[in-house]
Amino acid sequence: MYNTKYVIAGLVVFLALFTSPFWLNMGKASYQRPELALPADAKECIEPVDYMRAEHMQILDTWRDQALREGKRTYVATDGKVWNVSLQNTCMKCHANKADFCDKCHTTNSVNVYCWDCHVEPKGNQ
Amino acid sequence: MKRSRRQFLKVASLSVLGLSAQLAGGAIVSAAEAPAYQPNEGGLKAGRWAMVIDTRGFETAADFEACIKACHQYHNVPNIPNNQEVKWLWTDKYEYVFPDDVNEHLSESVRSRDYFVLCNHCENPPCVRVCPTKATYKKPDGIVTMDYHRCIGCRFCMAGCPYGARSFNFANPRRYLDMGAINAEYPTRMMGVVEKCTFCVERLAKGQLPLCVEASEGRILFGDLSDPESEVRKALAENFTIRRKPSLGTQPGVYYII
Ligand code: SF4
Ligand code: SF4
Repeated sequence: MYNTKYVIAGLVVFLALFTSPFWLNMGKASYQRPELALPADAKECIEPVDYMRAEHMQILDTWRDQALREGKRTYVATDGKVWNVSLQNTCMKCHANKADFCDKCHTTNSVNVYCWDCHVEPKGNQ
Repeated sequence: MKRSRRQFLKVASLSVLGLSAQLAGGAIVSAAEAPAYQPNEGGLKAGRWAMVIDTRGFETAADFEACIKACHQYHNVPNIPNNQEVKWLWTDKYEYVFPDDVNEHLSESVRSRDYFVLCNHCENPPCVRVCPTKATYKKPDGIVTMDYHRCIGCRFCMAGCPYGARSFNFANPRRYLDMGAINAEYPTRMMGVVEKCTFCVERLAKGQLPLCVEASEGRILFGDLSDPESEVRKALAENFTIRRKPSLGTQPGVYYII
């Protein structure tokens, strides 16, 4: 092999860089699911918790399009319950503690949402 | 065992048939359980929403003020004290509102009055045609509205609208709103988006009339232009009305009784 020295050295540097995140994170605490403040006076969300945890962003996206484009502002949930299609007037009525519900999870997961640049955040978290 | 090509095709087609029948059955079951979206039960519906403003009833600033305040307060429209104002409903002079129609010898009362101006919810809205993101769109009931989530602030719509009906948020509107006193039921906008009157589409969905109509005490009518029995059609049949810049062909949905 030509230039063995350089090739090996290059490979070593590459491997070190490539695996650096693992070395740097070694010994650090592992990911902890944040403790969220759940609504005090509501037991159920519009859909089961696991589904909401995974899909709330898709639901909100669909809600926006259905309400604004299709004029369909009534949501009939899987269990047959009926809800008003509105982030501000349905979701945030129960999840009134934005700081300890939305923000906690979004911050832990480095997700920057700008929903509250327009939607009025509930007063419940003061 | 050796199979002929014909036998193979027979088995294969039967299996495909069976599989798709099963999938279709599954789909029907899950469709019954899937969440559904519906229009609100008590919402107001129309073939073509339109507004008729009886300009004879609006003379002093106070006449206009109640309607403007009702609209702007509910929709959290900021009051910005410079030339970058944001407005959904405002007033202007006859020669600016109806430039096509200037007549040297108009009656003094018509010439000197102020006139309400707002988005006309045009039948052929140029703002919709030029919006590159479809943030501005026309609903089947004639309302030209906006999805602020999609607005990229390019302002093509402002250039396209021949009525100056749109406002751009040069700054964060919350800087000019009393955040303690805003309407918590309705969002604000953010910096860099365009906004305008929506004919209170969210109130119609709840079975309520637009706020300016409610506050006008009968001087602004609102209804279905496609229904000959509606209030707006009756008002149009009984009065002389004009629209803004008719020669442009945008077919405004706002009519003025002169
Ligand atoms: S008045 Fe202007 S903003 Fe309103 S629909 Fe017509 S063109 Fe669009
Ligand atoms: S400013 Fe917004 S609404 Fe207007 S044309 Fe551009 S994207 Fe569309």
